[in-house]
Amino acid sequence: MPDQLLYAMEVTLNGLMAGVMYALVALGFVLIYKASGIFNYAQGVLALFAALTLVGIQQGQVPFAHLINAVTGLHVSSFGFTVPSILAILLTLGVMVLLAIVIEKLVLKHLVNQAPIILFMATIGMAYFLEGFGDVMWGADIKTLDVGLPQGISETVESMTDSIFGYGFFIDNLDIVATLVAVALVAALTLFSQYSKQGRALRAVADDHQAALSVGISLRFIWILVWSIAGFVALVAGIMWGSKSGVQFSLSLIALKALPVLMLGGFTSIPGAIVGGLIIGVGEKLFEFFAGPLIGGATENWFAYVLALLFLVFRPQGLFGEKIIERV
Amino acid sequence: MKTTFTALVAAAITAAAPAMADLVVPNLSYRTGPFAAGGIPYADGFNDYFTLLNERDGGIGGEKIQVPECETAYNTEKGVECYESTKGMGALVYNPLSTGITYQLIPKVTADGITLYTPGYGRTSAANGKIFEWVFNYPANYWDGASVAIKYLLSQNGDDLKGKKIALLYHNSAYGKEPIRTLEELSKKHGFTLSTLPIDSPGQEQKSQWLQVRREKPDYVLFWGWGVMNQVAIQEAANIKFPMENFVGIWWSGSENDVKPAGAGANGYKAITFNGVGMDYPIYADLKTYVYDAGKASGAGDQEGSVIYSRGMYAAVVIAEAIRKAQELAGHSAVNAAEVRAGFEALEITDARMAELGLAGFGQAFAATCADHGGPGGAMIQQWDAAAGKWMLTTDFIAPDDEVLGPLVAEDSAAYAKENNIAERCN
Repeated sequence: MPDQLLYAMEVTLNGLMAGVMYALVALGFVLIYKASGIFNYAQGVLALFAALTLVGIQQGQVPFAHLINAVTGLHVSSFGFTVPSILAILLTLGVMVLLAIVIEKLVLKHLVNQAPIILFMATIGMAYFLEGFGDVMWGADIKTLDVGLPQGISETVESMTDSIFGYGFFIDNLDIVATLVAVALVAALTLFSQYSKQGRALRAVADDHQAALSVGISLRFIWILVWSIAGFVALVAGIMWGSKSGVQFSLSLIALKALPVLMLGGFTSIPGAIVGGLIIGVGEKLFEFFAGPLIGGATENWFAYVLALLFLVFRPQGLFGEKIIERV
Repeated sequence: MKTTFTALVAAAITAAAPAMADLVVPNLSYRTGPFAAGGIPYADGFNDYFTLLNERDGGIGGEKIQVPECETAYNTEKGVECYESTKGMGALVYNPLSTGITYQLIPKVTADGITLYTPGYGRTSAANGKIFEWVFNYPANYWDGASVAIKYLLSQNGDDLKGKKIALLYHNSAYGKEPIRTLEELSKKHGFTLSTLPIDSPGQEQKSQWLQVRREKPDYVLFWGWGVMNQVAIQEAANIKFPMENFVGIWWSGSENDVKPAGAGANGYKAITFNGVGMDYPIYADLKTYVYDAGKASGAGDQEGSVIYSRGMYAAVVIAEAIRKAQELAGHSAVNAAEVRAGFEALEITDARMAELGLAGFGQAFAATCADHGGPGGAMIQQWDAAAGKWMLTTDFIAPDDEVLGPLVAEDSAAYAKENNIAERCN
């Protein structure tokens, strides 16, 4: 087999894996958009906040230490103990649920029946607030996140492909774990939304707020639920991306990677987020592989958007989005 | 009521603004945003040194130093806003720690008559004082860094790089592109093959570039990264099992923050540095007494001794020495911006002076002149020891290749002079 073809196959596989990582972020957007019609600008910051909180709890960091020290003159930074990863993840999940309740009580409750643009603006405000709040709460330094996920080249894949093709493919173990997690997450979310009472209520609210209210569904409960689930998805994305690069404030920028995925997959479809992620991941990696050397490289950031726009020309609602027909 | 309010506002403004007689050195820092992890230690080191001078010596020449801080978030527009909002305080010198901001400020400081000091970053050809009257970038610049990296690799290969493949992995920005021209010239001179791999900011996803490195198997990878790009690159290099001792970063890609997330995988990674590492310098005893233990440390007070903190402190040391020189030349202590520029241009820091400052061997001795605003450009190689959790210096200062760099600096600065209608000085 020609080398170029083998390399293209390796790039494609890595593109699929990168696509899964993008899809993990896009899922949070989809969940909230589906349930409330809000484009949650703060989703990237939610992932950052979740990862910061996880590391803070895990390392026994005193929250607001800088503030406490500045006001009291003390020098506190750590409780002096560490928390096992699983417990830290559960506690972080608790914090994300609490955050969802606070967001509902302080922001969303007051914006019922407002135009979507108002809700969108509110999420922009939330994003800036949460970023600053996370900074004050946990500090702005880079934190190493270690929840025991494997990293580095998968020796199994390398030796297997080497014996078949005579060239060992590179696949990152972390990407394999991310893929498994994403599959489990999508399955769980699909089962939840199709078969649980709350899931059905969630879909009803997504279809029509007022009709859902008229049959006794609590809009406030559903919003707390959906923001909690989005917080959970943000935590998963934060763990995956944070394990790769350390937890730092640029983590919030992973949202930029989710936007073309959403444009392509549609804002209302969970499978769309996954398929969109895979197409973007493979598309940008293959374009960089073939065209990058000819045009100077660094094509991935912009090509993802070009690819999404190309799809939009043919399917404005995205691949899996709902076609909106409004009769006059 | 109205009078009381006016009085309160006036009092607040008076309290916030530096006293007129103070020496004002604004700190255009970034403690928020994606690059905060680098901005925080630099700003803390910068502030702490001036706090030390104020607390231990009563300032410089009896004049207290004010360091008003302005948050740029590493954003060029905000950086320019910070400059505009602080220059009226009587600012003597700016050090924005951003090549993007530097490029925007060069014409402004030239028009306003304020010194711009950009050690180890910014516009490299500003080393030519004949054209860039108000800009100084000693003791080293990016082109020096590129040349030092190649000279180091030459020393590792019996002075012969013919047939070797060297890849430059860089932040796709003005900063990251700075060394390309120099490396191209050096590749012609030494016969190595250069390939360039840009990574778009912020650089969280670099799989394509590292797959390319894995396929093309360069002998060495040189790295010009900043922010999250550094941590991801070092992790990816470890993932593909690229030999870390053949991976060499510029000084902005060689902090503790960059290597720690990769754990043991980062062991052996190298970076160029123009300042010493660690806390084995007497100055830290004074900082402990007068700043840390006195509760006057900048920020959270948890950055002392880190690579970037040390570099921020070094920038403050050079600025303080330039102000001292300016006071000596002017014959009075309350120097103005023009006098400080003269101080920068006449500045000489000898090894003996570094030892007096408690920083023996920390930085290279240099003497600026009207034409030379760039200094000797020497740098060392530091290597990460993951088990010990610290950087170790593995070489002494390596001098750059002025035979190649000199014409490049002259050419680039001449083009700037022509473009901006600037007449050459120092003749």
